[in-house]
Amino acid sequence: MISELCFPFDSDKIMSSKKKLLRLLKEHESGGVPLRIAVLGGSTTSDIIKVLELFLRNRGIVPSFYESEYAQYWSDAVFGTPELDEFKPELVFIHTCSRNIEEKPTVGEDGKSVAEKLEREYARYEKMWTALSEKFGCVIIQNNFEMPSERLLGNREVGCAYGRIDFITRLNCKFYDYAQSHNNFYIHDINYLSAAYGLERWHELRHWHLYKYAMSVSAIPEFAYSLSNIICSVMGKNKKVLALDLDNTLWGGVIGDDGQSGIEIGSETSEGQSYLRLQKYVKAHKELGVLLTVCSKNDPENALEGLNHPDGVLKPSDFALIKANWNEKSLNLEETAQELNLLPESFVFVDDNPVECDIVKAQTPEIVTINFENPEECIRAIDKCGYFEVTNLSADDAKRGEMYAANAQRAAAEKKFASYDDFLASLEMSAVIGEFDPVHIPRITQLTNKSNQFNCTTKRYTQTEMEAVAASPDYIRLCGRLTDKFGDNGIVSVVIGEKRGSELHIDLWLMSCRVLKRGMEYAMINRLVEEAAKAGITEIFGYYYPTKKNAMVSKLYEDFGFAQVSDDNGNTVWRLEVTGYSPKKIFIDIKENENG
Amino acid sequence: MDREKIIARLTEVFQDVFDDEELQISDDTTADDIEAWDSLEHISLIAAVEKAFKMRFTMKEVSGMKNVGEMISILCERAKKC
Repeated sequence: MISELCFPFDSDKIMSSKKKLLRLLKEHESGGVPLRIAVLGGSTTSDIIKVLELFLRNRGIVPSFYESEYAQYWSDAVFGTPELDEFKPELVFIHTCSRNIEEKPTVGEDGKSVAEKLEREYARYEKMWTALSEKFGCVIIQNNFEMPSERLLGNREVGCAYGRIDFITRLNCKFYDYAQSHNNFYIHDINYLSAAYGLERWHELRHWHLYKYAMSVSAIPEFAYSLSNIICSVMGKNKKVLALDLDNTLWGGVIGDDGQSGIEIGSETSEGQSYLRLQKYVKAHKELGVLLTVCSKNDPENALEGLNHPDGVLKPSDFALIKANWNEKSLNLEETAQELNLLPESFVFVDDNPVECDIVKAQTPEIVTINFENPEECIRAIDKCGYFEVTNLSADDAKRGEMYAANAQRAAAEKKFASYDDFLASLEMSAVIGEFDPVHIPRITQLTNKSNQFNCTTKRYTQTEMEAVAASPDYIRLCGRLTDKFGDNGIVSVVIGEKRGSELHIDLWLMSCRVLKRGMEYAMINRLVEEAAKAGITEIFGYYYPTKKNAMVSKLYEDFGFAQVSDDNGNTVWRLEVTGYSPKKIFIDIKENENG
Repeated sequence: MDREKIIARLTEVFQDVFDDEELQISDDTTADDIEAWDSLEHISLIAAVEKAFKMRFTMKEVSGMKNVGEMISILCERAKKC
């Protein structure tokens, strides 16, 4: 990652050094995920695209773009162009703003007539969305409308039938209703963004009249960053862990020196309130599926004493892992990553001490850091960094913290058994393995985009593509959910095989690393071979495509009993005769469905 | 800021925007002389010059500038006023 493009960034520097930054990103590139993005603009889009490309490449997405001719967004979306059709966008961004509203209310106009205008205006947009999703089955990101730069009626622009801000607000609400009832459709909230930026600065009218930019050129990096956060989230690039320092981060003062009664936390003092607010904000991330961990230079008993402060809301049990010792923090973070079976790149580290942040950045550059001076700033930084941008919350997200806490208990239990098999048997595992259920498609898609380590082909799917796979008769699909006596792990494994005559080709084999070494992969292959036999398949082909992260599955098919067919620069192909398969021993009770 | 200093600072801005550390400018330099200087890059250039010199061009100035010499003249004039 290039630090100039990490939050918090210097917008002016990015605008003036775009060319250099792109060159640097291309020099350091390795194995990004390609993505075809069509940008359909109602105003100029060229620099928006350039800066968006920088932010996306910095997060491991390599975009290619289709850009509509100036202000041709509507006709491109509704009627298409040969170039757009050929481009086959996976994602369409519709860059419209309140200047693109064609029919605005006139002063004194009656309510009925304004309501008709509103319907007509909205219908133009819905027509685009329908046409695009029917033609391309793509993800759509649509700007809402920002507030205008002038108010002819002053405050009366709202709360009045012909008020223009009233009109814009209603139009926005209609967009939100559509978003609530349609998957793969996301609002880019430029109404909030422009307000946070400052509406007067946002509406730099010179830049509209000179270049037809909908916002100040200086605001383009913030705009593009906000947009990139939605795209990164859709592509499964969100961070997973918020790793927090303790002293002067989650409370004021130093617990080792000041003791439990001496630290600032709770509603008694203004400083204490500020830290309490931060603790509440951090704790709310658990609902989003973000794991919380502690990384603090402290004696462990002191750390726990601080976290058990009666007025604090973050308790030891809220953390998936607590590392309180005197080792280097980068080392502790790497160990935490290992223990949670996650990659360091999934971590956001928060510390008030700039030196600690710099050391982490230098030692483990994959970890992003957030540094701050006071707790109010800290909330704002976590809020604006966009690393945990929500697009689709799956049911498993809210439970993720519990799942990892259960893993810690399992690790403790493991030590008590004479053999690993005894340990596995003691877990009382049961799994539901079966067809994709429509309600699970978001989670299945999310897994295909997030799993990097236990993933043989690293093939990514959008939700629309996954829906198509789920509906097609040409595939054998399996998803597996694993439960044990410590808790439900949720859906942890996905396999997709394409039928070609009597052959089955495994396009996707992945498993979440939180259930490594539990035999779940054996349960999946046993079932896959069964299903293949039923479908008249005689041979199964497995593929392994090496990446920087998936070395752990390079011999997976060999372990399953497949024979290697070819090796092309590390890309290996494996073959199994269905009749020659001997089922793997497992310690998991397999059920047909959730109730079985 | 005198003319020499303005030219030196302006050269740095050009080098940054066009990602070319060897780029040199003179009064006669126009968009035709720098390959990457098209109408789109012109927007970034104007924005970067405005930030570097903490000033703003009027719309007329932006659309009327014919060469780097005119840009330098405008910058010198503004520098006098402050």
